[in-house]
Amino acid sequence: MSQIAAVVLVMLATVLIGAFGIRVSRTTSDFYVASRTVSPVWNASAIGGEYLSAASFLGIAGLILTFGADMLWLPVGWTGGYLVLLVLVSAPLRRSGAYTLPDFAEARLESMAVRRLSSVLVVLIGWLYLMPQFQSAGLVFRTITGAPPWTGSLLVAVVVATNVLSGGMRSITFVQAFQYWLKLTALAVPLAFMLVAWWSDGRPGLTPGDEWVLPLHGRDHPVYETYSLILATFLGTMGLPHVLVRFYTNPDGRAARRTTLVVLTLLGAFYLMPAVYGYLGHVYGMPESDTVVIALPGRLVGGPVGEFLTALVTAGAFAAFLSTSSGLTVSVAGVIAQDILRGGVRAFRVATVLAVLVPFALAGAARSLPVATVVGLAFAVAASSFCPLLVLGIWWRRLTTAGAMAGLLAGGGLACAAVVITIIGGPHTGWAGSLLAEPAAWTVPVSFTVMVVVSLLTPSRVPRGVARTMVRLHTPETLNVDRGDWRPRFM
Amino acid sequence: MTGKPRRAASTGARGQGEGAATTGKPRRVVVTSPRTAAARRPRHPLTREIDEQTRLGEVYMGSLVRTQFRLALFVCSLLACVVGGLPLLFLLAPELRAAELFGLPLPWVVLAGLIYPALVGGAWLYVRQAERNERDFADLVERR
Repeated sequence: MSQIAAVVLVMLATVLIGAFGIRVSRTTSDFYVASRTVSPVWNASAIGGEYLSAASFLGIAGLILTFGADMLWLPVGWTGGYLVLLVLVSAPLRRSGAYTLPDFAEARLESMAVRRLSSVLVVLIGWLYLMPQFQSAGLVFRTITGAPPWTGSLLVAVVVATNVLSGGMRSITFVQAFQYWLKLTALAVPLAFMLVAWWSDGRPGLTPGDEWVLPLHGRDHPVYETYSLILATFLGTMGLPHVLVRFYTNPDGRAARRTTLVVLTLLGAFYLMPAVYGYLGHVYGMPESDTVVIALPGRLVGGPVGEFLTALVTAGAFAAFLSTSSGLTVSVAGVIAQDILRGGVRAFRVATVLAVLVPFALAGAARSLPVATVVGLAFAVAASSFCPLLVLGIWWRRLTTAGAMAGLLAGGGLACAAVVITIIGGPHTGWAGSLLAEPAAWTVPVSFTVMVVVSLLTPSRVPRGVARTMVRLHTPETLNVDRGDWRPRFM
Repeated sequence: MTGKPRRAASTGARGQGEGAATTGKPRRVVVTSPRTAAARRPRHPLTREIDEQTRLGEVYMGSLVRTQFRLALFVCSLLACVVGGLPLLFLLAPELRAAELFGLPLPWVVLAGLIYPALVGGAWLYVRQAERNERDFADLVERR
């Protein structure tokens, strides 16, 4: 009962804070980017709140419990991805003035074709990321109420759509910042109580010779899969559509860097905890599932305190569903409205419904995989498509329109194919299964190679304004130089 | 350039107008302008070289991009060594997989603990150096 109350509370808080933003956002640019009035700490909290999805809150602990030490790389990569993003992308991307990944593609390559292809990839990655959020919302809702899974998915989908439709970015920023601190508390407080309980139990440890604790163990091809996971997570972070949007709300490139540094700190603090949940789950012999985070506090700490702690983690889980789904919905809806519909606030509203409806339908239809596995696949697609586009676009003048198109098609296409085969036809076994389930180790090199080789073969198609774009991307804002006149189109 | 002194001379002449009218012959006027325009001699700031995409401007831009890229590449290589090296280490020295540190399994202490402050530290050093590079570039471009 207290769990349902917690869920209702989180939903209400989300909607109310969202409604608070309605009064502030009126114009189209308000709707999208909060007119860049968001301070760095708010901004970093918002990035953290948006980024920590059900995969981080529930999925990591579940996978660690299932597969053991190799899964520790997942949170490491999801944090370290921000270091790669920081050094290769953050400041130039902010300086580009791009609001979405398609904007960046258009600004850098001066091509509508690359822009449209990027839009399609953003929508695909967004839906692939949203689908498991809805699925695990259903799973958790079933655990606490016994209702069929689609009810939980529907609940989250409706709250997200309402929130995005009513407030836009401004309210989302407040909601997201609130969600980060809620999620941190919801994982930290039960953990403290559980550690006390574990201590008074006489600190039970692993049975000697337990191989679960060893790295490079427990899967078919652990070395390949570990490296592929590392590649996908470290390089995929920069290509996530909902992460990029947040950089636009920094006032300049320098602030973008500093925000990323704060984000790295916030994420590092959060990701210390899921591993402990997984470890305690194994020690206490919990069943291997995504719901271990929800079940564990009640198992270790009994009585009303245990019930309160369970309610708290449940609230955190719903915060995770809502925050990530809201951020992704804004991004996907923005791209659909801008590049597929005709634009304007009305188109954004139609696009929002579309952005939520499709992954909701997929969540009901698709095979249910662990949430962190599916999110990992979304990272692999991002790493094989947008990572090369961003890195080469920012640092390599000779990138051509044809090269970018070919690289996005080859890398993004192959990764998407692997994802579809894994989700629909899987699980596959042996080498084929590993290559398809962790595609990044081969699709990322393919994407980079194709982009570079095709660019070198088509030197006449280097964008004409590349020199001006480079000035725009790399010179600090304090310098008074001509940065060209490209602006993102707010419809 | 030539417009300035002439305007100064004519103003001077108008100021002395009454005297000139009585003698019928314009009096010679000494122009004593402080020549502020000449003191601020029109220079080509490097920002203009960059704006006009001259060879010099391109060289300066290239140097900025290269400096920042080298820094980025250095951080990424360091990260690749640490992150790529750990699985390799566990593969080549299997006894490390079962080693213990502070009574806890070593891989867990590293991957679930120590690596996070290391990432934050690396990021902090990078931000400091990247901002320094940009300040140096701004000084260089604006000094001339």
